[in-house]
Amino acid sequence: MNWDAWLPLFIILISLLVALAIFPLAEEKVKTRISLNLGGALLKLVLVGFMLWGVYNGHHYETRLPFLPGLDLVLRADALSMLFVVLSTGLWFLTTVYAVGYLEDSPHRSRFFGFFSLCVTATIGVALAGNLITFLLFYELLTLATYPLIVHRGTEASRKAGRTYLIYTIGGGALLLIGTIWLYSLSGTLEFTTRGFLSAVDRSHHPALVIIFVLLIAGLGVKAALIPLHGWLPQSMVAPAPVSALLHAVAVVKAGAFGIIRVVYDVFGIEFSASLGVTLPLAIVAASTIIYGSLRALFQDDLKRRLAFSTVSQVSYIVLGIAIVGPLATIGGLVHLVHQGVMKITLFFCAGNLAETLGIHKVSEMSGVGKRMPWTMVAFTIGTLGMIGAPPLAGFISKWYLGMGALEAGQGWVVFVLAGSSLLNAGYFLPILYAAWFKEPVGNWPAERSFGHYETSLALLLPPLVTALLAVLLGLFASAPFSPYSWSQFITTLEYAP
Amino acid sequence: MVILLPIVAALSCFLWPGRSIWIGLINTFTIVLSVAGLSLQVVEQGAGRYAVGGWEAPLGIALVSDGLSLLMLMVTAVVGLAISVYSSCYFNQDKARHFWPLWMLLWAALNALFLSADIFNIYVTLELMGLAAVALVALAGGKNSLGAAMRYLLVSLLGSLFYLLGVVLLYHSFGTVDMSLLAQRLESSPAVWAAMGLMTSGLLLKTALFPLHFWLPPAHGNAPAPVSALLSALVVKASFYILLRLWLEVFPVASFEAGQLLGLLGAAAVLWGGVLALRQTRLKLMIAYSTVMQIGYLFLAFPLASIAGWKAAVYLLLSHALAKTAMFMAAGNILLYEGHDRIAELDRVAQRLPMTLGAFALAGVSLMGLPPSGGFIGKWLLLEAAIRSGQWWWGIVLIAGGLLTGAYVFKVIGFAFTQSNLPHESRAVPIGMEWAALFMAMLAIGLGFIAPWILSIMDTGSPFGVATR
Amino acid sequence: MSAVFVYSLVGIGLFNLGLYALIIYPHLLRKILAVNIMGSGVFLVLVALAGRTASGVPDPVPHAMVITGIVVAVSATALALVLMLRVSAATGQPELPEEK
Repeated sequence: MNWDAWLPLFIILISLLVALAIFPLAEEKVKTRISLNLGGALLKLVLVGFMLWGVYNGHHYETRLPFLPGLDLVLRADALSMLFVVLSTGLWFLTTVYAVGYLEDSPHRSRFFGFFSLCVTATIGVALAGNLITFLLFYELLTLATYPLIVHRGTEASRKAGRTYLIYTIGGGALLLIGTIWLYSLSGTLEFTTRGFLSAVDRSHHPALVIIFVLLIAGLGVKAALIPLHGWLPQSMVAPAPVSALLHAVAVVKAGAFGIIRVVYDVFGIEFSASLGVTLPLAIVAASTIIYGSLRALFQDDLKRRLAFSTVSQVSYIVLGIAIVGPLATIGGLVHLVHQGVMKITLFFCAGNLAETLGIHKVSEMSGVGKRMPWTMVAFTIGTLGMIGAPPLAGFISKWYLGMGALEAGQGWVVFVLAGSSLLNAGYFLPILYAAWFKEPVGNWPAERSFGHYETSLALLLPPLVTALLAVLLGLFASAPFSPYSWSQFITTLEYAP
Repeated sequence: MVILLPIVAALSCFLWPGRSIWIGLINTFTIVLSVAGLSLQVVEQGAGRYAVGGWEAPLGIALVSDGLSLLMLMVTAVVGLAISVYSSCYFNQDKARHFWPLWMLLWAALNALFLSADIFNIYVTLELMGLAAVALVALAGGKNSLGAAMRYLLVSLLGSLFYLLGVVLLYHSFGTVDMSLLAQRLESSPAVWAAMGLMTSGLLLKTALFPLHFWLPPAHGNAPAPVSALLSALVVKASFYILLRLWLEVFPVASFEAGQLLGLLGAAAVLWGGVLALRQTRLKLMIAYSTVMQIGYLFLAFPLASIAGWKAAVYLLLSHALAKTAMFMAAGNILLYEGHDRIAELDRVAQRLPMTLGAFALAGVSLMGLPPSGGFIGKWLLLEAAIRSGQWWWGIVLIAGGLLTGAYVFKVIGFAFTQSNLPHESRAVPIGMEWAALFMAMLAIGLGFIAPWILSIMDTGSPFGVATR
Repeated sequence: MSAVFVYSLVGIGLFNLGLYALIIYPHLLRKILAVNIMGSGVFLVLVALAGRTASGVPDPVPHAMVITGIVVAVSATALALVLMLRVSAATGQPELPEEK
């Protein structure tokens, strides 16, 4: 069996098969469902680990299937895809554990977990895509798979949120499609190539290429929540917490950001993009999003909405890193892909814990909760400090490199944006911490349930603690060989080296 | 064989009404097998020609099976299989007596049409098909469906007569009705122009292209679900198929302006049908308007006048046939289950009929042209053809149509997830019906993965295999 | 003007007359009659032009086509009449009901 050709496909198929197996399960078959879920997630982790080791040792994994005349469906494991794949698979496993605990006794779990697994399939497909058409296919599949999760609760509010989500994402998908076909007609290929494949295109087509760039970025920017395309994100907070954790840390927003990375590096190429003059506008859009997201977050009382706007802001750090032409900034952007994912998912896990256990949805209700749920708040604290960029946490590494990269590329104004944003982050996160740890409780919280010695069920407690620990480790051990930081360095050298 | 079998079946259903269902089902399987056999033959040996009774043209009837006919036969067979399974559960004994002979007759007409090699035979089969279809529409029996059936009949006859007049003019200009001979002998002349105009108009009426689509929503919206599926998926496509053959084989002298006109009408159909579909409150009517819109897509290939464009249109046709069948079947299930098909009151169908809703959603994905599906492949090919020919504005229409489709499909799905305020009595839906719907929808998605194979079949024989202008 | 030409013209004329009647009159029976007249018009053209052969012997193929056409028209008319009866039974009047 030629593993090299089929492993990428297998990895995708696992979650697809899990999804198909879970859909018809009756609601009561809890054990079967949990075992399918966790078993699948674990198997995937193992296979991804295997693939990672293989890539490190020089194996070339690529699945290629004929799809359209002249275009193939390509799944390829290169350095960049592995970054996203490992992030997705690892966080997926944790989210599955969390979701099992969160949705205990709620209706329609089979349907939920079925679509959950479909989302994994789509995300891994996005990560492993080897050309733009494969990317497009899985990107749209992601939209379709996440919609039922948003409307899961079946209320009027969730239907409206779902509709908003669709309007944005299907519109974005249309833009992406136009851009892709136009690009194909100009260049004749869509394969992701390090440093891009467009430098050979005739000069007269360059204005068209600029428009195509805008179309592609707009289509991707919807999912990546660049302003003004971010409107769907705060609204989709009506979904259950595992869904928010998923969408905001792993799947949807990262898929958008990842797409932007691919377009700028492997379709256009960073040097070529700079020569077309599109990188500065992109940086400006990203910077505006950073500031805007943080400002809106300041005024939100609902905890999840505040976190949503924080996500809008933070994902643009990645885009900013990409848009600044320089290796340090690229490292910063790429490594933030991982770091932001880990930190944000911690925050959402904690928010979900507060909502599930104590019925807390608003920041104003959070006074004194540190005494009642200390471990959750510890994780929350680590997450927020990381977001603000405090050393030695993961967030610090990303911001440092972004700042250095900005200076290196001569874009000093970016440093101001970063500093301002950190201040704003502190502005909307620190008061929460203060209230939680130091104020007296004001809310009517339900009496202590017996979770044994723990403040809430283990399934809800452990995942945020694990991710918080990761945030610390990723910061402390950034220079270790397998860390996301070193990985990002590796990817960057491929892109920039002569 | 594929023509004889359903005729025999129709007759036997008529003679032994009690056994209708069994006769129908058995025949369905045998027809599918025959089509499969024919496919193998064509794939291996290339296009074939067969003279009925040994009498060649111009006096006898010749049958031709090339790539395009084959695909049409295959899609008819697949849809037919699903419809037969579905209908065996759908109709009660009384209605079933009438349904099966008519359905077999319709199938016979369709198969004969797709295999015809001369334009007069096409007329005969077209009429036969129309009559069977009208009778099927009237099956439901109420005031609405009878009125719709009458209107459809008059429209159908009108269209056929226009077409026939065109045939007459062609025959008298060139002395033959055989399509390949006509293609060789054709020269431009006023008679030919008139013929082309007449035949095109007649066929447009039958294909329900805007603005001649007025008869379609009542007919498709009020007929019983499997009938609606047959009409939307196959019957309107038959006249499009004829139009396609005529334009490609017999009238390569067609002008640029005529192509643009058809494209414009197609674009209008897309936008008009899409907006109206969005405004419907009843599910089946919405799906009927969706058909109007999707037919518009097919006509966007005309102004492009490139082989890639035609192939894209055929691909869209195939995916639409599968997806629309699934959608109407899903609607039929919901109608049976809820007792009504008002969209705003679908009341958590997602929970209670998950397979049906899954079928609807997957069919919707194909209609929207989202990957992965047959609809996406067709859309991609058409967009590519549009951009390459420099007429990219048709591509914009296509994209807009996709967005409109998304709007009304997801409107239904959104309501299907949420709870309605009114309580409902619900009847059980036979599992066969749900499976049929889901199966068709999955095929529509599957069509997105076998594009290279289907496209290579299209290349067999004319009209795509030979070099056109 | 040759006979062929006259007959063809009459045929076209019948066709147009029928078309007009089909569109104008609301009564279903008139519509059915109009369609029949249109059909007759087409057949007339077909047969008339059959006389235009080089040898003077009329071409038999169009005649065969007309016979086929007549058969089709008869069945269609039969269906139409039955439908008309059903419609008037259901709605009380032999006209096309308003589009819903």
